[in-house]
Amino acid sequence: MKRTALLGCVLLVACSQSVPVARNKGVYLLLDTSGTYRAELRKAEDVILYTLSRLEPADSFAVARIDTGSFSEKDIIAKTTFDERPSVANAQKRVFAQKVHDFISRENSAQYTDITGGLLQAVEFLNEKGTGRKTILIFSDMEQDLDKGYMRDIVVPFEGFDVVALNVVKLRQDNYDPRQYLARLDQWKGRVEKAGGHWRVVNDLDRLDHML
Amino acid sequence: MSFNAFLSITPWPLFSALIWIVLLIAVMYFARRTAHQAIRTASGALARGLKIASHSITHAEGRLAERNREVLLAAGREAKERVIEREFTRVGDTVRKDLANYPHLHRGLSEAIGRIEKDHQDAVEVPPDPPGWVRAVEAVSRLDAKDGGGDVLADMHKSIVKAHKEAMEAYREAGAERHELLRAMMPRWRDVQQLLTEVDKKAESLLTRSAGIDRHMQEYEQIVKREDKAVSVLSSSSLVQFFVSAMVLLVALGGAAINFSLIARPMAEMVGGTSFIGIFKTADIAALVIIMVEISMGLFLMESLRITRLFPVIGALPDKLRVRMIWITFTILLLLASIEAGLAYMREVLLQDELATSALLRGSEAAVDSGFLWITTAAQMGMGFILPFALVFVAIPLETFIHSLRTVLGLAGIGLLRALALLLRVLGNGFRHLGTLTERLYDLPLFVPLWLESRNGKPEISVQEVTP
Repeated sequence: MKRTALLGCVLLVACSQSVPVARNKGVYLLLDTSGTYRAELRKAEDVILYTLSRLEPADSFAVARIDTGSFSEKDIIAKTTFDERPSVANAQKRVFAQKVHDFISRENSAQYTDITGGLLQAVEFLNEKGTGRKTILIFSDMEQDLDKGYMRDIVVPFEGFDVVALNVVKLRQDNYDPRQYLARLDQWKGRVEKAGGHWRVVNDLDRLDHML
Repeated sequence: MSFNAFLSITPWPLFSALIWIVLLIAVMYFARRTAHQAIRTASGALARGLKIASHSITHAEGRLAERNREVLLAAGREAKERVIEREFTRVGDTVRKDLANYPHLHRGLSEAIGRIEKDHQDAVEVPPDPPGWVRAVEAVSRLDAKDGGGDVLADMHKSIVKAHKEAMEAYREAGAERHELLRAMMPRWRDVQQLLTEVDKKAESLLTRSAGIDRHMQEYEQIVKREDKAVSVLSSSSLVQFFVSAMVLLVALGGAAINFSLIARPMAEMVGGTSFIGIFKTADIAALVIIMVEISMGLFLMESLRITRLFPVIGALPDKLRVRMIWITFTILLLLASIEAGLAYMREVLLQDELATSALLRGSEAAVDSGFLWITTAAQMGMGFILPFALVFVAIPLETFIHSLRTVLGLAGIGLLRALALLLRVLGNGFRHLGTLTERLYDLPLFVPLWLESRNGKPEISVQEVTP
């Protein structure tokens, strides 16, 4: 009888799972602040607020800017792991939203666009958080423009990641030659999928509910 | 070997087929006796097996029915004993209460009767004294009037008239006094009448109860004698109890579900909203555990109050311990109800917080406090407090459900076994007839050799001939 009770207790404890094992989500949103994309940042704020409303306690969320050298913690605008208690998580969401709003209100354009560095930073951040599901949202035109001296010809380990390019606007030259736009997207898709990730493009922001 | 190979043993397929058919019929004819025997043995074995299985199931059904009858009678006997015991307790209480009042009642009646007797004696009519001087009047009347007899008589007459007047007045006064006494007796008669009516009511109540006890005793005797009528009544009563208690339990389940939804969300604040036990949220399990504990406390409370008898150990506890247990369970229930009321309040606060955050994230204005929000908050808190106490009463239908479930399951089992036995019997008969049919079908292609055989006078193989 005692043995059975003990076995039951052990099974119960074994079945119980601590928070960050497999059920929580991790979202990292990269914001392109280059000159060509600066005007789209208001839309980005809407996406961030929507993402915040979809996240639950124990999920992790970070928003970072893409600038000249994006592989840096300094580029993270706001980051948080929501508390297990719903009331505290709500308070965190409000603070997060305010931080993002303040950033978008005062942000100046970046000269260069280091998307790869941002992605690498996102992968590091989400791997460190150990979330069950990892999503990287890129709010950019996906046109990488590196400054001299920046080496970004590297393979980013995307295994287990969903990489979603949001609101990929067409550049002026894309209108002249759409092949450039398609080639750009294909190149990123190739890089992500080759590294084991899952690539998607969402230009209609009403479809975000399927994304998270 | 393909079908075409069979047809190519001669250059003519039709002829080949004919040869095969003749060969087949010949083989079948010579193997007829053995084939019939095999068919009959197989079908007979199947039929016998199914028949034995059917008998076995019928036997099991009988045992189950007997068992069910025993259970039903035992349950009925126990229930009837409880009813009779309760009736006797009530009669005992009534008698004790009335007998306690009896000396007072008796004294009241005696006093009333004593006063009536006294008044009655006082009211007796006293006849006037007979005149003592009648003989003197006669003697005086014999005297000569001249000797002064006339004057004497005249004086006497005067005296008599005067005495008569006085006597009449005294008589009238005595009569008035008697009437006064008789009038004073009326309320005492009423007192006596009222007391007797009271006694009559109590006696009537006792008689009614005793008639009820008689009826219960008759039913109890029927149960003890194991009469079919008693079993039938108990069975139908058990079914009714089963459905009624199941319905009440469903209602209670609804109440428990509402209770759950009231406390599950705020529970996440206490145990975290993201931890899981298996596939269930810990917060949900915690809320469920609280409700289960409330129901358990309700059960113990009902047991301690001796309203239900699911745990004989509790019912058999000494009264002092039982009363202590009542207070303990009630206190725990009160605490849990208070906790639930607090959680219900917390739920409303969390809901408002979440709505405000959602409004902020949507970019819309936060909902303005309507001023009536306290009504829903108070209603939720009230429900959180009341539902645990309401769930206490689940113990009563639960006990009925459990007791009647035994009978209902027994009846369902009997029905199932009966249907199974019937099915097996039908299948057994079916296999027997199928064997006969197969024999006839076997003989169908052999009609030519069989006809020739009968024509030559050789008797057809009979069923009895091949039966071992």
